Amino acid sequence: MFQAWRNLYSKSDNAKAYSLLSPALFLIILVMLIPMALMLSFSSFTQVSMMEIDFTPTFQRYIDFFEKSLLVSLLIKSVKISFIVTLITLLTAYPVCYYIAFYVKKNKMLWLVLLTLPFWTSYLLRVFSWKIILGTKGVFNSTLLGAGIISEPLTFLMYSEEAVIITLTHAWAAFALLPLYVSLEKIDFSYIEAARDLGLSKFEVFWKVTFPLSLPGVIGAILIIFIPTVGDYVTPALIGGTEGRMLSNMIQAYFGKINNIPLGAASATIMLTTVILITAIVSYTTKRLTQRLS
Amino acid sequence: MNENFIQINGISKHFGNVKAVDDVSFSIKEGEFFSLLGPSGCGKTTLLRLLAGFEYPTNGNLLIDGSDITALPPDKRPTNMVFQNYAIFPHINVEQNIKFGLRKLGLTDDEIKKRVDDVLALVKLEGYEERFSGQLSGGQRQRVALARALVRQPKVLLLDEPLGALDKKLRDEMQLELRTLQKEIGITFVFVTHDQQEAISMSDRVAVMSEGKIQQLSAPNELYKNPENIFVSDFIGETNFLKASTRSKDGDHINVAIEDLGDFKVKNNLNIPENSSDVVCSVRPESMMISRDKSDWDICLEAKINQTSYLGEMTRFYVEVSGINKVITVSSQHFDNQSFENNTCFISISLEDISLLQKK
Repeated sequence: MFQAWRNLYSKSDNAKAYSLLSPALFLIILVMLIPMALMLSFSSFTQVSMMEIDFTPTFQRYIDFFEKSLLVSLLIKSVKISFIVTLITLLTAYPVCYYIAFYVKKNKMLWLVLLTLPFWTSYLLRVFSWKIILGTKGVFNSTLLGAGIISEPLTFLMYSEEAVIITLTHAWAAFALLPLYVSLEKIDFSYIEAARDLGLSKFEVFWKVTFPLSLPGVIGAILIIFIPTVGDYVTPALIGGTEGRMLSNMIQAYFGKINNIPLGAASATIMLTTVILITAIVSYTTKRLTQRLS
Repeated sequence: MNENFIQINGISKHFGNVKAVDDVSFSIKEGEFFSLLGPSGCGKTTLLRLLAGFEYPTNGNLLIDGSDITALPPDKRPTNMVFQNYAIFPHINVEQNIKFGLRKLGLTDDEIKKRVDDVLALVKLEGYEERFSGQLSGGQRQRVALARALVRQPKVLLLDEPLGALDKKLRDEMQLELRTLQKEIGITFVFVTHDQQEAISMSDRVAVMSEGKIQQLSAPNELYKNPENIFVSDFIGETNFLKASTRSKDGDHINVAIEDLGDFKVKNNLNIPENSSDVVCSVRPESMMISRDKSDWDICLEAKINQTSYLGEMTRFYVEVSGINKVITVSSQHFDNQSFENNTCFISISLEDISLLQKK
């Protein structure tokens, strides 16, 4: 029996791979697939009253979602906020990583550690700290008031879309820094020298060589920021107010005080589908972009 | 033919306190296969990078075909480079790699196509257009790098140890091929290598470098036969050094006392002064003769064979000469390790084969 197992194990790489993966697979089935299946099935039910759910399968909840302009606009807003956050993070993190990868000669690790230092504290604490900075009596406003630059506190800083964008950008920057840095660091400097040698200006070298070669990092950074921020609910809940509310806050409400679990499940499914679609589009277009650039 | 096609005038390059290149001046002829040879850290690669424009000199200036290129960036220079690791762009295929350098030359599509086809034929890579760097062997990558640089038709092609990553057999083939190619297209090649055999077999002229300075610049056979100093003599090929001191001059010859061997009259090409004790005599292993019996050569010494190594085309003997506390290397094509009884032999030296060199 034991010998038979050993033979199977040593002969088949697949068997080996699956046996090594089995703890993770078990966990994924338990905490991902089963809840997803539950969510999908709940989205096909109907909430009849506070305590009563009709289990007859129906697509009506999805129709409900698209008939409620509030939900659709919240979905669009979630995607928009995430998109802006991703864009700002990329535009700020890319030059920093470029600098560390190509110009810092000593102590690269120290630079990275310093940049990621704020992320050693909890996400919640960082969100709260922005509340202290951006609030009506916060650091920003009291400094400006004290300096006599403004006479009234700036209210748009807090409980607004802008506040959510600022907080999310800061909160997720470290996750963009690392993939970007790694992909830039990996680029052999002789590629850049070769491109210069072949007659390209520094600017052209960036677009024809450096940027295409760093695309894996860029895609990684986009996905790693976009996917979690679309569904982020802590930041809009604490910083966003009514202005900065996102779809995830509404989903939470459906499962909580509004108590319409089927509609909440349908909203969550739609959101998941949207994220998957956008991820697919990003991967596809960046692949095409690489070919176009070269 | 322009004798001063590339002019290197008083070039220095300092990195902090390190003088990578230290006040070097020489010229390279048009259409020449020129090698920079030296051990690692001698400044040969830095000098090549100065020519390419990846580094700028601390002092001095560089001219190619009469125009000053000292301050020009790499993309404005009439040079192209074959990198040590080839630097084939991994995200585009062979054809796109080769076309990469043509986009700024303002050629028509037909001209581009013709140039790419011609260069692919030149490096024998037809049919590989669609391949990516990862799908090529080392030798093929090397050809792509060569094609990519040559397709721009530079005035000077710079090669940074391009054969270093290849195995011995392929390297020998590529040496011959590169040499043929260079003669065929007539572009000036500046070739950097640490392999003396490579430099000697391929080049029209070789500059031997050490510690940022040119030690000797001459044709390969001159380097071998008439080294100008101990470094060159030691670096190019193998040699035996014997301590000596000079006595009186006699025309273009000089009398020397070789330690433990006696007084001899040898040629004095380097014009070494009389009564100097800072000299050595250099004798190549293959210029000596090893024999069973005594010979009538200028110097004939009885010796004992310590060790032999059989190399196929020749055998190398490590012998101890009676009265000299030093192991001397002799190589021979006629004898092998079976030839001597009791390990006793005679080694003979002709005075013509002794080079007199000055210590620093």
